[in-house]
Amino acid sequence: MTLQPNDRVATTPESGIRKFFELAEERDDVISLGVGEPDFSAPWAARTAAIHSLEAGKTSYTANRGKLELRQAIADHVSQWGHTYTPDSEILVTTGASEAVDLALRTFLDPGDTVAVHQPTYISYKPGVRFAGGEPLSVPTGADNDFVLTPEALREAGAAEADALIFCYPNNPTGAVMSADEIAAVAEFCVDNDIDVIADEIYAALTYDGDHTSIATMPNMRERTVVINGFSKAYAMTGLRLGYAMGPADAIEAMNRVHQYTMLSAPTTAQYAAIEALRSCQESINEMATEFNRRRRFVISRFEEMGLDCFTAKGAFYAFPACGGDDEAFAENLLEEQGVAVVPGSVFGPGGAGHLRISYATGMRDLKEAMTRIESFVADR
Amino acid sequence: MDEKQELLSLLSTDAREDVDDIARQLGTDAETVVSLLDELESDGTVRGYQAVIDWDNTDSQHVAAFVELNVELDRETGYKEIADRIARFPAVESLRLVSGDYDFAIEVTGDSMQDVSQFISEQIAPIPEITQTVTHFIMETYKEAGIDFGDRDDDDRLSVSP
Repeated sequence: MTLQPNDRVATTPESGIRKFFELAEERDDVISLGVGEPDFSAPWAARTAAIHSLEAGKTSYTANRGKLELRQAIADHVSQWGHTYTPDSEILVTTGASEAVDLALRTFLDPGDTVAVHQPTYISYKPGVRFAGGEPLSVPTGADNDFVLTPEALREAGAAEADALIFCYPNNPTGAVMSADEIAAVAEFCVDNDIDVIADEIYAALTYDGDHTSIATMPNMRERTVVINGFSKAYAMTGLRLGYAMGPADAIEAMNRVHQYTMLSAPTTAQYAAIEALRSCQESINEMATEFNRRRRFVISRFEEMGLDCFTAKGAFYAFPACGGDDEAFAENLLEEQGVAVVPGSVFGPGGAGHLRISYATGMRDLKEAMTRIESFVADR
Repeated sequence: MDEKQELLSLLSTDAREDVDDIARQLGTDAETVVSLLDELESDGTVRGYQAVIDWDNTDSQHVAAFVELNVELDRETGYKEIADRIARFPAVESLRLVSGDYDFAIEVTGDSMQDVSQFISEQIAPIPEITQTVTHFIMETYKEAGIDFGDRDDDDRLSVSP
């Protein structure tokens, strides 16, 4: 047989999100609360910088690690979270944060290595681990604990034996944020059990109750953590595909070896946009975050009024209410009867069952209408 | 941001929200919003609530002009006194004292260009302190009150994404 996918690919199912995408695409009256990207466009100054770079003919590769000017700007930007990374040697600009996650997995995993992945979480981690030859290990988090990852949950799941942990807070799909103390406890577990950490901090700029705390800033964590972030969520630049990885020089050098042979460099136009975004767009970013925060409060209070249990998500742009039953059936019927698309929580792993991921990256008018429709759907049950 | 600032920022985005929805977005209750609104209105912080209208999309005749005014002050008459007299005309939509080549920038509306010209020549220009008027008729509005009239808000994102 020709072009047969290998076992790892063949046994990886298509994302559960796909089905809802197809259902939603069939109708044109749908209000979607299923979108995992901002409804804003990238700040105009950043777009202008990209246009100018094209006009000036800046269309060649950049250095493998990305333009130094950008790495310098990133280093300054992340210092707000206590990160101290040297632009020359400890930062790698990637094609989206997704490439950075993939690079980290392919760089650090040996065949058969176990990677702990807390659940529910972003859908790409487990397939990424498998594609890199590793074995994902699910570690549950639940609504009873506001979807916080604990050392107890890690221990019970057998993660003490794991080689690495993928750690994503503020979390997609729950919107959960962990406190500094809670993160410190996970960090201690990782140090005690010699576990490397891939910290996906793509939503770090979108926290609504105090600043983001990075696990890499906990004692003895810097040397075992690769921090990943990017421009997609906070800068509304998803389509520009630009992220970055930060870590100790040796780790970044190793990741860059994979990156230079497979990607060469991240998109040049996007790098120019990103430099400008970091230089002059903080105000647009703050306005977006303020708007998200208003919608977050609105959505959570509407769910409470409907009688759906909704823990107080404090980050990203997701709420994660309990739907009181089969989440897939709920989501399908809601789409069918009321034309509102949401993503069933079980798509994001076992801990997500019985919940819905509600993205509030949608204008207030649609958001209000969607909540009214969900309310009448719930009332009819 | 304190609650008052947050409320002002929200109203400047959309003043048509009802009190319950404002309360939900600010994480407070409707009574608090009502009393904050009362306070902001009575202390003169919030001066009104208006729609941003693209008149070109209506059938009605609507002509607007920016007018530069130069004035000459004397011992008895300051900017404030002159402004008071200009502001009383309903056709004057806005009136500002500005730095630069002229003194006042006003916006005047009317049903036709003739209407507006006549108003300037018969009502504004004869005011004794006014030494010069320059009228700029507005030919096209692209953006007003922070709203881009060309932006129809097409959402081309995938309807469901991870």
